[in-house]
Amino acid sequence: MIIHSIFFYFFSLITVFASLLVILSRNTVNSVFFLILCFISVGSLFIMIGAEFLGMIMLIVYVGAVAILFLFVVMMINVAGQTYSKKSQFEIKKHVPIGILFSIILLLELFVIIGGWKYKDKFVLSKDIMINPAMSNTKAIGTVLYTDYILLFQISGMILLLAMIGAIMLTFRKREGVKRQSYFEQISREKASGVEIKDVPFNQGVKIND
Amino acid sequence: MIEIQLTHYLILSAIIFTTGIVGIFINRKNVIIILMSIELILLAVNINLISFSIYLQDMTGQIFTMLILTVAAAEAAIGLAIIVIFYRSKGSVEVENINQMKG
Repeated sequence: MIIHSIFFYFFSLITVFASLLVILSRNTVNSVFFLILCFISVGSLFIMIGAEFLGMIMLIVYVGAVAILFLFVVMMINVAGQTYSKKSQFEIKKHVPIGILFSIILLLELFVIIGGWKYKDKFVLSKDIMINPAMSNTKAIGTVLYTDYILLFQISGMILLLAMIGAIMLTFRKREGVKRQSYFEQISREKASGVEIKDVPFNQGVKIND
Repeated sequence: MIEIQLTHYLILSAIIFTTGIVGIFINRKNVIIILMSIELILLAVNINLISFSIYLQDMTGQIFTMLILTVAAAEAAIGLAIIVIFYRSKGSVEVENINQMKG
């Protein structure tokens, strides 16, 4: 059990510092890297607590897809080269105290909620967490997901489809002066329109009319 | 203190959540950091759901974590697409200029 404590504090300290550095670092690329570190350590916490499927999904989806998407966009957009107006510099100084005050109040409220509720005896202790060797975490999720929550599963698939179509629609643009393939014209060509047979006179050649 | 229980996970989640909120508040430089702060907030919610699911011995929390993961991925894709087209027309992603986006 002491191992559990040591690993929990290790990973959670890394997570907290990484999340602080995400919002504080000057370079946006560094922020994305710290976001990846944050995701990896939280995924390790999930694996440690016994939700290994979601820990792995965390690594695959968040680190492998979302964070890399952020990295693509950050490197595509020249964030470091943009200039800031004097007004926005002033605005930064004006917003910081209010934001920090608000956030401290929010954190204290969350601590009060965590410390003061009365359902505490419903939860099992860490040493009583049962891990069934015959039923792995993945199998347990599958048996619940494909029976009781099949509707939510399909709706989430629709959400992903919608996001894909939306992102393509938003970023698609027609450029001028770019030659594109027209599949319909290529396929619907026939022999009569595609090939013209000419009688070539000797020593004169053919005049190509365009 | 030394024995890790549910409360420890909840406190960790509260700290990450607050960090995300602070990131939205104090950031005036670019919008991408704000999207990353939203990702941090969703991560905190995921920690909450998974720790409750483990300590209540109930699978439902993990199912909902998967749904939140889906929505987070979709939201990141759409948000980044909006940022890309905004940068294409304005040449910067400063938060101050975003209000020009309203039609």
